[in-house]
Amino acid sequence: MRIAIIDESATRAAVIGEGLAALDDCELFVVTERRGLVARIAEIDPDIVLMDLGNPSRDVLEEYFAVSRALDRPIAMFVDESDDEAIAAAIDAGVSSYVVDGLAAHRIRPILDLAVRRFNAFSRLQSDLADARGKLAERDTVDKAKRILMDSRGFTEPQAYAELRKAAMDQGRRIADIAEAVVTAHKLMGGQMAGKS
Amino acid sequence: MTHPDLTIGFLPLVDAALPILALEHGFAEAEGLRLALVRDMSWATVLDRLLYGHTDAAHLVAPLAIATTLGRGRRAQPLAVPFVLGLNGNAITMRPELADQLAPQGALGDPAAVGARLKAIVAQGRRLRFGVVHRYSSHNYMLRYWLAACGIRPDEDVDITTVAPPFCADALDAGEVDAICVGEPWNSVAVARGAGRIVLVTAQIWRRGVEKVLALREKVLDDRRDETEALIRALVRAARHFVDPANWDENAALLARPEYLNGDARLIHHAISDRLLLSKGGETVHYPDFMFQYREAANFPWVSQAEWLYTQMVRWDRSDFDSEEAAKAARAFRPDVYRSALTGSAEPLPGASSKVEGSLGGKMVVGTQQGAMTMESNRFFDGSVFDPANLRGYLDRLP
Repeated sequence: MRIAIIDESATRAAVIGEGLAALDDCELFVVTERRGLVARIAEIDPDIVLMDLGNPSRDVLEEYFAVSRALDRPIAMFVDESDDEAIAAAIDAGVSSYVVDGLAAHRIRPILDLAVRRFNAFSRLQSDLADARGKLAERDTVDKAKRILMDSRGFTEPQAYAELRKAAMDQGRRIADIAEAVVTAHKLMGGQMAGKS
Repeated sequence: MTHPDLTIGFLPLVDAALPILALEHGFAEAEGLRLALVRDMSWATVLDRLLYGHTDAAHLVAPLAIATTLGRGRRAQPLAVPFVLGLNGNAITMRPELADQLAPQGALGDPAAVGARLKAIVAQGRRLRFGVVHRYSSHNYMLRYWLAACGIRPDEDVDITTVAPPFCADALDAGEVDAICVGEPWNSVAVARGAGRIVLVTAQIWRRGVEKVLALREKVLDDRRDETEALIRALVRAARHFVDPANWDENAALLARPEYLNGDARLIHHAISDRLLLSKGGETVHYPDFMFQYREAANFPWVSQAEWLYTQMVRWDRSDFDSEEAAKAARAFRPDVYRSALTGSAEPLPGASSKVEGSLGGKMVVGTQQGAMTMESNRFFDGSVFDPANLRGYLDRLP
């Protein structure tokens, strides 16, 4: 079976491709380039096409499939063929799928299920990464806030941290939020960070 | 964050403005409605999210709402359109080399004159490629209407292909297409890059052509009727705000934000104010009613508009006219919901649900069940008239 994965994110395409490579008798084609997309798909002549929902070329591809109904191997939208639950899961995961008309559902289902799992895995990776980046940024903000308190109120570093922590507890907010407020207020008051002026 | 009452999907286009303004200016909140917006990059995804319940309503090209209801291209799912988000607002932008052969410098062309010259070029054997944003888009139907009325057969004499709006300028630049019919800001983006020149606007082809609609699944509209009516009231306030020149700077800046159009506020301001920079380095031209989002009950979902779209679908899908399908298409537009939402407000409510399209050459006071309303010209450029009482007859008369 020939499977085309169209994704402008090469990383995600790789993550999905890696998962699908485990399937028997499947040949994978990854397309990350927008230019010449339709010609490339025609050349690959896939049985199944997987495309991320965020791809701006979806309408272009669907137009090609609509026209392809006149060809030997018309490609249909998966939504015509299978059960709603599978499609809903795919849409939830952020993937759209198109299959050659007449391909048996029992051959499609495992591929789609796998694609959905890989898409979800990729989303988790991304949100983990975003979390990690967010935490780094937060730590930086807390450091800045401590510096401001040390400079303006003559605190030691542990005292500055204790002050932030106490404010957070009193107001039922996170330390990072308090730190953010301190840094913003400091900026608004025209303050500059010591050592940077 | 609290759970939204309604989630609306949209594509980053200037005519997605009303839901965005309804949220940002608090018009929805004033109706007790918490809105959330979901931005996507293709109509296919906007539609998928609507059909699979990620969104409750969507900013949608009008023909796609009809096509979905009739099951063209995918399984039929009845959609309901209780509100029109705007009329027109699209343009035909051509590669400068082609544009210079068809239209005078510094002005929009005349549709009939441009068409006649285009026909001569096509007759010389040049194969021209046009890009539209979707098979079931008003862009496609307006372009085809114009070409056919000028004696150019859209399927035989030229190629019409689908191009994603963000890639229109690229496609012109690379010579993948000779012309595009797309909404703003994408014509202006192509002009700013020197990739194209705006030759016509769709308001010249049909002065009051239906463009984007607010679509919901019929079942969602039934289940969420109160929220839908509250949304209609919020959208009308947004429409009134959108057309007021006092708000143009603010709204252009708002729409330009990364989470909405992620574009150039200056270009968006042009579109909102019906001004167009036709060619790079040229003068800005004012074309009144280029976008038409509020006056004359522009947001009222006229059943005749749905029926006109159905005739074009029959025409270009090469399918047979089917009176049951026509009735289904007509029922997708819901003036009853619009009226119910706005009864007792200051908004004019048309007395009829259908009108003869293209029949008005000038101003006319029309009957309403609430408020006063004067309609202006709604002509098609070729002077033909669409009478919803005789769809078959209209189809027979078309070239």
